[in-house]
Formats: sequence, structure tokens, C-alpha cells
Amino acid sequence: MSTALFDEPGPKARRRIKVATVAGALAAVALVALAVRQFAANGQLDATRWQPYATWPMWRYLLDGLWSTFLAAVVSAALAMALGLVLALGRLSHRSWVRAPAAAYVEVVRVIPALLLVYVVLFALPRYGLDLLLFWKLTVPLTVSNAAAYAEIFRAGIVSIERGQTEAGLAVGLTRFQAMRLVVLPQAARRVLPSIVSQSVGLLKDTSLGFVVSYGELLYSGKVLAAYNGLLIQTYLVVALIYLVVNASLSKLARTLEARQPSGGLSPWRMSRRSLP
Amino acid sequence: MPVLFEHLPELWQGLIVTVQLTAASFAGAAVLGVLVCALRVSPVGVLRAIGTAYVETFQNLPLLVLLVLAFFGLPEIGLQAPPLATAIIVIAVYEAAYIAEALRSGVNSVSKGQGEAARAIGLTFGQSLRHVILPQALRTVVQPLGNIFIATAMNTALAAAVGVVDLTAAAHRVNLVEAQPIPIFVGAGVAYALIASVAGFVTGRLERRLVILR
Repeated sequence: MSTALFDEPGPKARRRIKVATVAGALAAVALVALAVRQFAANGQLDATRWQPYATWPMWRYLLDGLWSTFLAAVVSAALAMALGLVLALGRLSHRSWVRAPAAAYVEVVRVIPALLLVYVVLFALPRYGLDLLLFWKLTVPLTVSNAAAYAEIFRAGIVSIERGQTEAGLAVGLTRFQAMRLVVLPQAARRVLPSIVSQSVGLLKDTSLGFVVSYGELLYSGKVLAAYNGLLIQTYLVVALIYLVVNASLSKLARTLEARQPSGGLSPWRMSRRSLP
Repeated sequence: MPVLFEHLPELWQGLIVTVQLTAASFAGAAVLGVLVCALRVSPVGVLRAIGTAYVETFQNLPLLVLLVLAFFGLPEIGLQAPPLATAIIVIAVYEAAYIAEALRSGVNSVSKGQGEAARAIGLTFGQSLRHVILPQALRTVVQPLGNIFIATAMNTALAAAVGVVDLTAAAHRVNLVEAQPIPIFVGAGVAYALIASVAGFVTGRLERRLVILR
């Protein structure tokens, strides 16, 4: 297999590749050994410190946390997608009084950290008499910040559908709204599906802000557990492992969906905001 | 508004910390990202696997989990650094995965024939990289790298959740004293927007400088 960087390896290159394989494997093993030694030297490898994670109650507690993570992620993803679709249609509107606020929302929210929004909901809104439930204190800021990202994905998808599709819809007598709903959106939705899934992985990662809100999602559950049993590094490693398994599976799904697209689909890089009109 | 001026020293200090976090961790992420990208495009299977494992791991873990692990977990195995340095290292390690992927997509965007032509006229690996591949690859990655820079600036706010007093934490503290959330949080938001728009302006200029019309 030759690439832009390398030709098909000849006998010399094959020998070098073998050497590099051995060296790379040794380096990786050495790194793992170093980590294990560091754990052992500080007594963190004792069986008693890991035993609890082989018991069901511990896992049931963490899986409860994971369930809350899912709940928060699904609710804010649904709300953010709905809001994002409205914003995307708004940005593509012919009326400037619709276009301007939608554009302003997307551009402003893009440059505000999610944590700042969480602080606003946690500390600013209660002063003005709006004290939400813990669940909404996490999901509202996530919805607000992710809606902008979903809006950009939807907009890129809609713009990517050839103009002839809308024109054909208008030609057979559909109104603008009908042409969008019946002709353009179904095609755009299919095209942006991989990006939607990978943005949703990002949203799932953002739910770890529950740590700040004290909403009992996975990371906060880990914090409570670690405070209770004192097994800090073990608990957080297990929590990280759960996140890794869940998110890696979802990312895999996004890649599979992308591979099934006829023309490779839209990769997030090709959809950077400046590539759009 | 006056509340912002009264607490200007604290907020300014917070802004400095945010800028330090952003600049230092982006620089670190760039270096590490180039390394990981080199691993991912190498012809050696084991090295590619290591690069892929790195990218998969750090793209799929929430940054806050990594920060919590580094701030509260790693001291248990005797690894401890000052909070600011820890935050910089963690954010750099996290963003490096994204930079590696952006660079890799840049390298992949250079057509195979370019590399083959370079080798056919007898350029060595280093020469073909320097004169043919990288100049073309870097042009396509300016915009993605700019977006990663902005994302890095936004992500540094998470350091506030583990006790680094950056702009977000400073705003939170001032609000605890003054209880005037609107001007304080809006002020902090404007500061973040300024950082992002400077980054956007610079990448826009860079891209226009480097763009090739085909």
C-alpha cells in the first residue's frame, strides 16, 4: 500500500519496519511497566483496593449514575436538536429579521464556555427567582450551548443539498416550507446523521459537568463514591473506563454511518463555519 | 457595571490565567499532536496502533474526567504538580488528540501522486515532506486548527471546576461577594468572546495568505 508519504516497502524498508515494530512495542511495554511500578510503589495495587469493584452493589451504583448521564444527555440532545433545527432554518431564511438573531445566537454561544453557562444557571438565575430542579440546572446550559453546534450541522446539511431539489419542489407547486420539509430536510437529515452522532458524543461528554451541579450523573457518582470509600484513583479510573467504552461505541457508530454514506458524507472538518456562505 | 471596575484586579488576574492556560496548553498540544500524527501515518503497524489508541482514548473521555483524575487521583500514586501546571498538561494531552486528527486529515488531503512525483525526482523523505507534502497539508488545516484553538480556550474554563482560579472561577468568586451576576458573568463572557474573535481573525488572515487557488 503506497501513500503520499511512503512507497510500497522494499527489502531494506521492510527490515527497518521490523526494527521499528520491535522498538515501538518495547517502548509501549516499558511505559505500561513504569505505570504499574508507580501504582505498586504507592500501594495502590493491593487487592483490597480493587476488590470492591468486583462487587455488584458498587457497579449498580455506578450504572445508576450512567443511567442519569444517559437521561440528561438524551433530554438535552432532543431539546438542542429541536432548537438547532429552528436556528438553522432561521439562518437560511430570506427575511433578515429572522436571519440576524439566529446568526447572533449561534455566533455568541459558540464562544462562551459551557461551564460559564452552568454558573449562570446555578448562581445568577436563582437571584431572579428562577430556581430550577437539579436535572434542569445541568440540561438547560447543555441545551443552550449544543443547540448552536447542532444548528451549524443542520445548516451545512441543508446547504449541501443541490439547489435543483428545492427548485424542482417549487416547480411541482409546493410552497417554500413544503419543499423544505418534504424534499430538502429528509435528504439533509440522512447526510448529517454521522455528524449528529459525533456531536452527541460531545454532549454526552459535557454531561460530566454534573460534577459541578451536584446532579447524580456518572462523574458525580464517582466523586461521592470516592469520598465514601477513599479509593480515589481506582474509582476515577473505573469511571473513566465506563465513559471510554460508551463513547467509543458511539464514535464507532458514527464512523460506520459515515462509511455507509454514498459520497463519504460530510466530515466535521469540511463543515467548518467559514466554508459556508 | 461599576462592580466590574471595583474588582478589576481579580478579574484581570483570572483573565491572565485563562490566557496562560490557553496559550501554553495549545502549544503543548501542537507539539504532542505532531508526534501522535506522525505515529498515525507511519508505515509501522505497532506505531499506528499506539497513535490510534491515543486518539481514541482522549477523544472519547470527557476533559473534566481527565482533570479530576489528574487533580485527585494521580497524587495517590505520588504524581503531583502545581495546579496550573497540571491543568496545562491535562488540557494539552486532551487537545493533542484533536490536533493529531486535524493534521492527519491535512496529510491525507495531499494526493498520492504528489508524494510519488517528489520521490521520482529523487527527493529524500525529509525533502519531500518539507518541500512538497507539508506546504500543501498545512494550508488545509489552518481553519480546523483555529477552531481547535477556540475550543481549547473554552475548555480551559473546566479548570475552574477543579480549583484553578481562571477567568470563570474569578467571575464566580466576585459574584459570591457582590451578588450581581448579570454584569459579572456578561463581562466574563465578553472576555472569552474577545479571545475567540482574535483567534478567528488571525486564522482568517492566515488562511487568506496561504490559500492556493486551483
